[in-house]
Amino acid sequence: MYFVVTFALLVTMTLALVRALLGPTVYDRVLSVNMFGTKTVLLLSVIAFLAGRPDFLDLALAYALINFIGVLAVLEFFKSRASRREEELRGEGGG
Amino acid sequence: MDFALDIISWILLAAGGAFVLVGGIGALRMPNLYTRMHAASVTDTMGAVLVMAGVMLQAGLTLATFKLAAILLFLLITSPTASYALASAAMLAGIKPDAGQAADLEQDS
Repeated sequence: MYFVVTFALLVTMTLALVRALLGPTVYDRVLSVNMFGTKTVLLLSVIAFLAGRPDFLDLALAYALINFIGVLAVLEFFKSRASRREEELRGEGGG
Repeated sequence: MDFALDIISWILLAAGGAFVLVGGIGALRMPNLYTRMHAASVTDTMGAVLVMAGVMLQAGLTLATFKLAAILLFLLITSPTASYALASAAMLAGIKPDAGQAADLEQDS
């Protein structure tokens, strides 16, 4: 049964990667990468039992933490960049 | 009893895999950003909960179950936060959730 879940997770990760490569806006890419990270956590937890190595669960926990912080940092970066660009446009329009 | 637990955990794992797969297809095929976010949130909630519950039933009452519960709790707290941050950043960047014009082909990046 673990094989079926692993296969479903791998297919979903592939679809998320395709969306990350296609995605028209940068937010589509961030969404796909966030989804990819969540699926990686699930995949690590399933593989820990598929391979009989429970220490993979620590990796899954660490990956969940890193993924969350990384997505928030990337979003904050793009948010500040978008607002700065808007400021510049408004400055050019006013002056 | 063990056999019943196996059956239940297999059902949970299969349902979780199905939800994850459906969410993945939706995230690829949906027409614009907010609908894609909707599809992806299916995998973050139902998929994660079902897969983790199935694996937890297989693990029994051990340290692994505690770790899985910690991972699940963390995922359930962080994925709505990340979704909110993503939607808020996209709204601030001027991507409108327009139901009439669904496809994002006309919007520039």
